[in-house]
Amino acid sequence: MTPILQLDSVDKAFGGLKVTSHVSFSVMPGEISAIIGPNGAGKTTLFNQITGHLLSDAGAIYFKGENIVGRPPQQIVARGVGRAFQIASIFPDETVLDNVRVACLSKLGQTRKFWRSVLDYRQATDDAHGILASLGLDAQAHRKAFELAHGDQKLLDIGIALALKPTLLLLDEPTAGMSPEERHQMRVLIKKLWKEFELTLVFIEHDMDMVFGIAQVVRVLQQGALLAEGTPEQIRANKQVITAYLGEDF
Amino acid sequence: MTSNTTRNLRAASLWGVIVLAFALVPVLSTSSYHTNLACHILIWSLFAVSFNMLWGVTGMLSLGQALYYGLGAYSVGLMVNYLGSQWYLPAMGVGLLAAALLALLLGMLVIRVGGVYFTMLTLAFGQLAWQITFKWYDFTGGDDGIQGIIPPGILENGTAYYYFVLTVVILSIWVLKRMAFSPFGLVLRCVQQNPDRVRFLGRRVRRNQLRIYVISAFFTALAGGLMAGVDGSIHTDMLFWTTSGEVILMTVLGGINQFFGPFVGAAVIILIEDLVGARTEYWSLIIGIIIMVIVLVFPKGLVGEAARVRSLMARAGLGRRA
Ligand SMILES: Nc1ncnc2c1ncn2[C@@H]1O[C@H](COP(=O)(O)OP(=O)(O)OP(=O)(O)O)[C@@H](O)[C@H]1O
Ligand SMILES: [Mg+2]
Repeated sequence: MTPILQLDSVDKAFGGLKVTSHVSFSVMPGEISAIIGPNGAGKTTLFNQITGHLLSDAGAIYFKGENIVGRPPQQIVARGVGRAFQIASIFPDETVLDNVRVACLSKLGQTRKFWRSVLDYRQATDDAHGILASLGLDAQAHRKAFELAHGDQKLLDIGIALALKPTLLLLDEPTAGMSPEERHQMRVLIKKLWKEFELTLVFIEHDMDMVFGIAQVVRVLQQGALLAEGTPEQIRANKQVITAYLGEDF
Repeated sequence: MTSNTTRNLRAASLWGVIVLAFALVPVLSTSSYHTNLACHILIWSLFAVSFNMLWGVTGMLSLGQALYYGLGAYSVGLMVNYLGSQWYLPAMGVGLLAAALLALLLGMLVIRVGGVYFTMLTLAFGQLAWQITFKWYDFTGGDDGIQGIIPPGILENGTAYYYFVLTVVILSIWVLKRMAFSPFGLVLRCVQQNPDRVRFLGRRVRRNQLRIYVISAFFTALAGGLMAGVDGSIHTDMLFWTTSGEVILMTVLGGINQFFGPFVGAAVIILIEDLVGARTEYWSLIIGIIIMVIVLVFPKGLVGEAARVRSLMARAGLGRRA
């Protein structure tokens, strides 16, 4: 099987600060995997490079066989990369429904339509309701997004990403800032979404229950370099990873 | 979907009342004075509503909309002056085309910079256009402006011209309203709230900003073209930055987050100017104070506050359900 995403010796520096260096790995279609590492290891930066928010200094990033380095985000998203952000990136003054509906409209190529009301776009509206139902946000569909609880805003961000029907979904710390109870729900939900939407899913997490609970592959980033890659069992037993990140009593 | 239908009906009936009220002005009033006043309100409303598509909806604060307003007016004024009255309507068309083209060119330049630089650049271009009009006396009449701009045929009649303005303004605002609530309008609001996310919906932020900048300029020039025939004279003041400032004031006063806010704001400011201006020579001071008080008391604008009160009442179970 050929990888859906392949990083080949990717670099990024800000001024003199090397944030990612020589990162190489391959993600298989349908895989669910985690990226872990200390704060400032370059995890978010790596996502930014994949999605075209940042231009890589060197290396190649192949998505579905095509090198996407140098392409702007809107072209990368059009090829099937979806993303939710470390800090929920939503449209605060729009309703929850419109947040997802605008993404559905975009997917359907209907964002230039200027005559009929958004309410008249049945397909986009139905799709949006479907996604909100999968996320358990349908009861709040008509609230303004800024009124949502923190955890629900994170969910909505994922909903916007899902509306674009991505093949590869990148989630940046989906449980950040959540209570243990919410984390548990999020863990269950993400596994469900992964199956329901037949995604290839890569998530960044500090929550080890989530990482070792649902990831098939775990990659460890430290000071911008890939320290280790393997199954949860391999990573758990890896001496280097234990000293660098997990700690002895893990 | 019944709630949608009632909402649509209610919106349509509000529309009906507004249009009817304006349509009755020449019938109910014997003096052309009131018709003239209503005409000013209509035209400034169109100006303000199209400005708000740019600012309130998309978040682009232009301080140079007077450029397009003046362009619309001077296209008509100059062509009628040099070529004759029969060129009045074609001149309006020329003004619209010129405004759209200029907005496309300038837009590609000023949208690139964004934020406060966008505001400053629009101001600079607006003032440049004013300077040129002001200085180029031989062609534009400079500070004297242009007088005797007579609309053609039946439109020469004040009442007929009023109904012409009413029709064009209502149609234009209707088009803009449809746009505001369409997918395109939704994208524009999203561009204001979170441009990065819009890019990650696969949409181009600047492209959408450019579209609305051109559309806004188009309808602003339409307002300017209509204004040329109201009093039969135009002046370089139409291009001065204070004109851009006044339209901002109207928009703030009515409420930038409400589609009809700028409409109400324009009406209120013109009525205040009319009432106060007729009674005292300190009118600009008094208008300033009145507007300041309104803005302080109603921070969301007149229409914005009204909507808030209505939704509060609905929540308390007092009024009709929102
Ligand atoms: N645009 C930028 N300009 C300059 N430095 C940056 C920029 N973005 C990130 N950095 C720096 O790069 C390093 C890695 O940041 P990054 O956000 O990728 O870390 P992370 O692994 O996601 O950390 P966390 O777990 O805290 O989210 C940090 O030292 C950060 O300060
Ligand atoms: Mg991060």
